[in-house]
Amino acid sequence: MRMISRSATWLLMLPGLLWLGLLMVVPCLLIFVLIFFERGIYGGIDWGAPTLENVTRVFDPLYLSIFLDSAVIAAVSTLAALLIGYPAAYAIVKAPPSRQTALLFLAILPFWTNYLIRTYAWIVLLNPAGLINSLLIWLGLRSEPLTLLYTKPAVVLGLVYSYTPFVILAIYSALQRLDPSYAEASRDLGAGAAQTFLRITLPLTAPGVAAGAVFVFVLSVGNFVTPDLLGGGKFQMVGNLIYDQFLSARDWPFGAALSALLIGLMLLLLFAQAIATLRARGEHARA
Amino acid sequence: MRALNGWLIAVYGFLYLPIAVLMVLSFNRSGMPTAWGGFSLEWYGKLAQNPKIIGAAWNSLVVAIWATAISTVLGTLLALGVERARRSAAREALLFAPMIIPDIVLAIALLSFFTLIKFTLGLRSIVMAHVVFNLAFVCAVVRARLKSYDWSLNEASRDLGASAAATFFRITLPLIGPSVLAGGLLAFTLSIDEFIIAYFTAGAGQSSTTLPMQIYAMIRFGVTPEINAMATVVMGLSFVMILAAQRLNRGRLPGT
Amino acid sequence: MTFKTLLSLAAGALMLAAGSTAAFAEKLVISNWDGYMPKDMAEKFKAATGIDLEIAVHATNEEIMGKVTASGGEGYDVLFVSSPFAEALNNLGLLAPIDHSKIPNLANLYPEANELKHDPGNTFSVPYTWGTTGLCYRSDLVKAAPTSWNGLLTPTDDLKGKITMLSTDRWLMAAGFLANGLSVNTTDQASLDKVRDQLIAAKRNLLAYDDTTFYSKLVSGEALMVQAWDGWCNYGITDKPEIKYVIPKEGSDLWVDTMVIAKASKNPEAAAKFIDFVMNAENGKWVVENIMYKSPNKAGMETVDKALFEKYPNMAITPAELLKYEQLRDLGNGMKAFSKTVSEVMAAK
Repeated sequence: MRMISRSATWLLMLPGLLWLGLLMVVPCLLIFVLIFFERGIYGGIDWGAPTLENVTRVFDPLYLSIFLDSAVIAAVSTLAALLIGYPAAYAIVKAPPSRQTALLFLAILPFWTNYLIRTYAWIVLLNPAGLINSLLIWLGLRSEPLTLLYTKPAVVLGLVYSYTPFVILAIYSALQRLDPSYAEASRDLGAGAAQTFLRITLPLTAPGVAAGAVFVFVLSVGNFVTPDLLGGGKFQMVGNLIYDQFLSARDWPFGAALSALLIGLMLLLLFAQAIATLRARGEHARA
Repeated sequence: MRALNGWLIAVYGFLYLPIAVLMVLSFNRSGMPTAWGGFSLEWYGKLAQNPKIIGAAWNSLVVAIWATAISTVLGTLLALGVERARRSAAREALLFAPMIIPDIVLAIALLSFFTLIKFTLGLRSIVMAHVVFNLAFVCAVVRARLKSYDWSLNEASRDLGASAAATFFRITLPLIGPSVLAGGLLAFTLSIDEFIIAYFTAGAGQSSTTLPMQIYAMIRFGVTPEINAMATVVMGLSFVMILAAQRLNRGRLPGT
Repeated sequence: MTFKTLLSLAAGALMLAAGSTAAFAEKLVISNWDGYMPKDMAEKFKAATGIDLEIAVHATNEEIMGKVTASGGEGYDVLFVSSPFAEALNNLGLLAPIDHSKIPNLANLYPEANELKHDPGNTFSVPYTWGTTGLCYRSDLVKAAPTSWNGLLTPTDDLKGKITMLSTDRWLMAAGFLANGLSVNTTDQASLDKVRDQLIAAKRNLLAYDDTTFYSKLVSGEALMVQAWDGWCNYGITDKPEIKYVIPKEGSDLWVDTMVIAKASKNPEAAAKFIDFVMNAENGKWVVENIMYKSPNKAGMETVDKALFEKYPNMAITPAELLKYEQLRDLGNGMKAFSKTVSEVMAAK
């Protein structure tokens, strides 16, 4: 059924791959080669003898613990964004077709304003004298303001806020063409709504969920502004660590080594996820 | 269904809460975000007289439109090719990489590269850089849709004598349209507000300063109501645009 | 060259894209922090010299430093950076020497401003502003006025959760070094470890690390005491006169923000003219009154409205007093150990 010739497939892929090759692979090779050299005294590169020092240094428990911490924050944010975004995307798909595009735009619109100002607006909302605390006190739910700002939950909130629309977009595009007859058939055969969702709809939209999850996770791990502003700089993400190596410490070789580790770990994660999906689909087909 | 719609409204509430805050603050006479000093349009007046912010906003728009257009076309083509080509782990890694390369790495790598080949920095180099990551995001969204695409439709179309181009425009594109739109929206959103890569690949001077660059630099004085006013204007214009498009296009969207 | 051709082809679709960096001809490009110069600088300079001034902005030293390092400074003429960064840029060979014969207004500097340790005799940098780092606090809300860096590291109960420290690594660590009577340029491991442990303990009592909006946290009362640069404390004093600034008894660092000329500048003559323009007496005064920072420009400082010194007492700190404090210097090879220590503080829970 894949009727298209190999050369045509390549033709389709060529412009994109060329763009990535020329403007990503080549420039990044310039940086990643630095891993094997030392930081110069003043922050340049010491092109002397190659060294593996940076490679071994990234496995220092200190840096690994930062990787782990940010993976946890990113994972929690991803889960929350999926839980919020999936039903929202589902609701958009169920809306009259003429409204769907507008609803989609509406979800993404707040993100056309600047990230910093949106984050500062959260600071206004979350601070001890802010709207949320005032409301809680006014309602008599609290007598003292809650400490909301500059905490880990505030960082998670900021990340979920920033990336939920991407989840909605990704899942919407997967749900949108889901053939409703599958779900109808399932219901006709006596399956409950929950069962139909779990056995039919969810597996069929898994690629969209996976795409959305990947967006949130990778963007969260690499984020460095939200931990600074909503976390008060007290919680470091891999993004902050790498940013600091390149700009504050001016240790590009080590920054490159940390980045390589990050990319390596993510690729591993991606392949693990791909294998899991394939296996799940295989079982699904057999069932 | 009702619960679902309720949820959707709650989610929109969550997404718009900070926007409402910054809109209110843009009318605050007092410069401090914590104290209400009365209603005032003075910040809009200040904004109108600030060519730096307006010029930067315009630059951002130019960059985002170009980056979105290029990456949507290339990313969709890429997705169509990749989904029908033999699986290749290396290619998957290549397509995934732009999403996870820390932006500071891509930023410094591109700046070093552009300098090496003596490419003049400006809005053009920012667009080229933004397409790198946008491409990957568009491709990922469209691919998620293509996984459930019925390729036999294309086969049927070709059997009936349609050309490859006609098949694409009359069959494939209408069917995957919403995902292309979603991908394009994602690209635009990522590009219009991108800071680090834009900062490093911009030329020196105001002619290629984008709005995020301007705002990050202004932040040492806090978020001034002037910036909030800019954000409010952006939101207002976007709303009007979408409403207009909705009117013109009522129910006639690709694939619906 | 083939690369370039290929790239141009790949970018073919883009060729219509609006805007590109224009020719540099009689145009000077400077990069400064936003709001760190009077707003009408470009017009005044143009009126005085006929040279167009294009002003780019950077948010931090680190950003402009990273950009200049990666690109060799192509496109920029004059940069405003803090002294350790000027020093590093110079050591990397990215700065042009300052030709004193082209900048006669250097004579307006205080004699002390020619003896700055990062660049004695101002050979590659010209000091623009200078000052101290200390404690900025709400005199109406704290129980006792702070006197020591230890008040920040081991705060009294009423201040717990209501203090911020600077997040820029060098100044963050400086608070710890000064509290222990150490040099602000310390890099020996034992001292780093000691200060690290103290800063980790101090972290538990912090509201946040903040080096941009700490003064507005003071104004709103969210924070009662913050580690601050004196000039930024003045922003707070403007909104809330109850805010006061103190240099702790253990001392401060002397920070100096400088102007440097990029070696890649195509127009070093005009760059020198610009620096000379900033350094004249009238502009010196006008810079100080606009941004409320102390300036090493003696001729300018002497004509500043004295009322300003009363409202912002830290502006009256004399050059002799400033010179008592040690400047942050580029750490060279010590940077690696230093930045690892900072990472440890940041990663600690």
